[in-house]
Amino acid sequence: MADFDRIYDVAVVGGGNAALCAAIMAKQNGCSVIVIEHAPKAFRGGNSRHTRNLRAMHEGPTSVLTDSYLEDEYWDDLLRVTGGNTDEKLARMTIRASSRVMPWMQDCGVRFQPSLTGTLNLSRTNAFFLGGGKALVNAYYDTAERLGIDIVYDSEVLSMDLDDGFAKSIAITSKGFPHTVRAKTYVVSSGGFQGNIEWLREYWGEAADNFLIRGTPYAKGRMLKNLLGQGVQQIGDPTQFHAVAIDARAPQFDGGIVTRLDCIPFSIVVDRNARRFYDEGEDVWPKRYAIWGRLVAQQEGQIAWSIIDAKSATLFMPSVFPAIRANSIRELAGLIGLDADALEKTVSDYNAAVQPGNFNPQILDDCRTEGLEPAKTHWARRIDTPPYICYPHRPGITFTYLGVKVDEKARVIMSDGKPTANLFASGEIMAGSILGKGYLAGFGMTIGTVFGRIAGEEAAKHARN
Amino acid sequence: MLATEATLEAQRAIAICNACRYCEGYCAVFPAMELQRDFTVTDMSYLANLCHNCNGCYHACQFSPPHAFGINLPKTFAEIRLESYAEYAWPKPFADAYRKNGVLVSAITAGSIALVLFLTMLIQSGSVMFGPQTGPGAFYRIIPWGVMSSVAGATLIFSILALAMGARNFWVDTQTSLSGPINWAAIERAAHDVATLRYLGGAGEGCNDADASFSLARRHFHHALMYGFLLCFASTSVATLMDHFLGWEAPYSWYSLPVVLGTLGGIGMVAGCGGLVWVKMTTDPVPVARRMLGADYALLGLLAMAAASGLLLLMLRGTGAMGVLLCLHLGFILAFFVTMPYGKFVHGIYRGAALLKAAVERQKNTIVAG
Repeated sequence: MADFDRIYDVAVVGGGNAALCAAIMAKQNGCSVIVIEHAPKAFRGGNSRHTRNLRAMHEGPTSVLTDSYLEDEYWDDLLRVTGGNTDEKLARMTIRASSRVMPWMQDCGVRFQPSLTGTLNLSRTNAFFLGGGKALVNAYYDTAERLGIDIVYDSEVLSMDLDDGFAKSIAITSKGFPHTVRAKTYVVSSGGFQGNIEWLREYWGEAADNFLIRGTPYAKGRMLKNLLGQGVQQIGDPTQFHAVAIDARAPQFDGGIVTRLDCIPFSIVVDRNARRFYDEGEDVWPKRYAIWGRLVAQQEGQIAWSIIDAKSATLFMPSVFPAIRANSIRELAGLIGLDADALEKTVSDYNAAVQPGNFNPQILDDCRTEGLEPAKTHWARRIDTPPYICYPHRPGITFTYLGVKVDEKARVIMSDGKPTANLFASGEIMAGSILGKGYLAGFGMTIGTVFGRIAGEEAAKHARN
Repeated sequence: MLATEATLEAQRAIAICNACRYCEGYCAVFPAMELQRDFTVTDMSYLANLCHNCNGCYHACQFSPPHAFGINLPKTFAEIRLESYAEYAWPKPFADAYRKNGVLVSAITAGSIALVLFLTMLIQSGSVMFGPQTGPGAFYRIIPWGVMSSVAGATLIFSILALAMGARNFWVDTQTSLSGPINWAAIERAAHDVATLRYLGGAGEGCNDADASFSLARRHFHHALMYGFLLCFASTSVATLMDHFLGWEAPYSWYSLPVVLGTLGGIGMVAGCGGLVWVKMTTDPVPVARRMLGADYALLGLLAMAAASGLLLLMLRGTGAMGVLLCLHLGFILAFFVTMPYGKFVHGIYRGAALLKAAVERQKNTIVAG
């Protein structure tokens, strides 16, 4: 039972993977620990509940990972997706540590499975959680409870009393009542601010109202904003987020993995004016999955439609909402509210530009358009076989990049470059230090697990001194 | 299978599951689902009967209630199972047995005990009924062997026929383009899955019996009940052979094969039933179909009473209580035989058939990569 009159050794802000790794680690190092989770119990775990795997370096095949995935290849992958917007020292440390976390995770009850289907072919690089991220979160909470960690749900941290780099207390509201939590050390693992539409509106204006948030609505960024306002060093571009083009019919929050749509490489994608705006066949889907969120966000009304025909209907993972079907392009335009003449012209212009080729969905094939702007450079086939099929897209935001800067001991750094005395961070709130741009599947969980463990251990060391 | 509220809900849920697939490591349902993109009502009946109700997918689901998607497969599937038991029941008019199954099974049990007691009292004098009977043929001095074996034999044969016809109805109804011919390899796989309760095992750590933590309690109790039941069945079969072919009349000594088998089996059944009731009472109520509970508790109660009355009969068979206890025990057995094809017992038949179908489909089809 949580005791708000007590001085804990470690107070952990947040209740996702990174928070729990820190809490468990601190407890295992002999500390008294309180975890303060904003969500109610049913929705605990932040974005971790929507995750599925963790990217792990390994030198040879393991029970769940095939072949090997060594530090340099991992680093190259990270360098490629971030375009250099990373910190090599922290990144390499994270990568090396990722090879050692799995046994500890298993000790905490996390179970892995060999990857099967629908997973963008990640069985070499990524270890899959049996049952997914919520099963992992359940296992960590179970372990935390068994170890005697105090957990409070429905409790939002409002502010931290940070005095000259020393964290004194935090003000929270727990089930509607204000409290002050005091601890010797603090770990903030409260994620990004993608669940805070108002904050997104500061950068994106009214467009933010059309964004869908793929994960937890509890990522309000309150702690993040509070710390940055008290002279903590900022990292990452506040205007930027990771987004994919999800089904526009998804709920505003928490739609998770099932709202994804993998049909774009086989489609033409049109905007509100029924015009194409980008090369749908630029590269294999896993490499282009993440650019389409931004692309759709930049269109009028933040909406787009992908259109395919019967030939391509089963080339991608089934999607959760039914496809919109029609027997003619004109009828389809009517169903989705686009100008029928304009859509017919876009499709016929595209069809006329399609060159003969050997269609192969598995590789960068030679099916392309000629003389079309923008071109479709692979998997371009004529859209001529009814029923015609359409899926609407909106930007689905996964996480924001803005965060606090940390050092290799997970210590939060102040603007003047000095580390704070007793404040640590792990997870999405500091991930921008390593992943300043782009995304590498399963890397968020790697950062959360590695830094959660470090933050917990370092906080424990500090608290016991 | 006809569309119902539950099958429509399952189709909605399965579309979400098939787009997610996080649970594919848990059991046979999800790999079977992944073979398809579009689902019929009959597919729901098949997947529902393949579901072992381990709750793994419910607790791992990021879309379970109170999420807007409100996915609750264990509950939805249990409701469909109950509907499918009625759908496939033979003869057809007996489908109504699943409307208020708990009440019906209880009433039949009470009636059957009363009937056995009443008829026995009618033909026996008080001194036979309440006096100690010992030596070979003691039981048959209360109820003649011919009556006992012909009533039991007739009801059992009818029940087995009804169960077989139900299995056939299920099998025919759920055939799809994915189906293939039954073969030994598939039978072996399905038999292994049944015998080990493979899908009550998760990846070795069991089910979500009470909450999100894993436990092997339900699997172990079910093993105790299932193998206890089979031991009792073996005991009766051995006794019948000894009596019929060797002329050795019951009762048998404590260390004889039928008594050892029956004692072990009876203890297993009582422990298994008690344990399963305990698991049901302590489990998270959200993934539970309340409509199924009557049938669940009725079968567990009946099996527990049948086993317990048998054990009691064994202990007190040399006393004057034997006559009444024998009637009581045979009343429970009669009720069980009669209700076997019209109660929760059928879950084993349909689940076995579904596992066989899954094994055949797995052989014939490779998973669609996506």
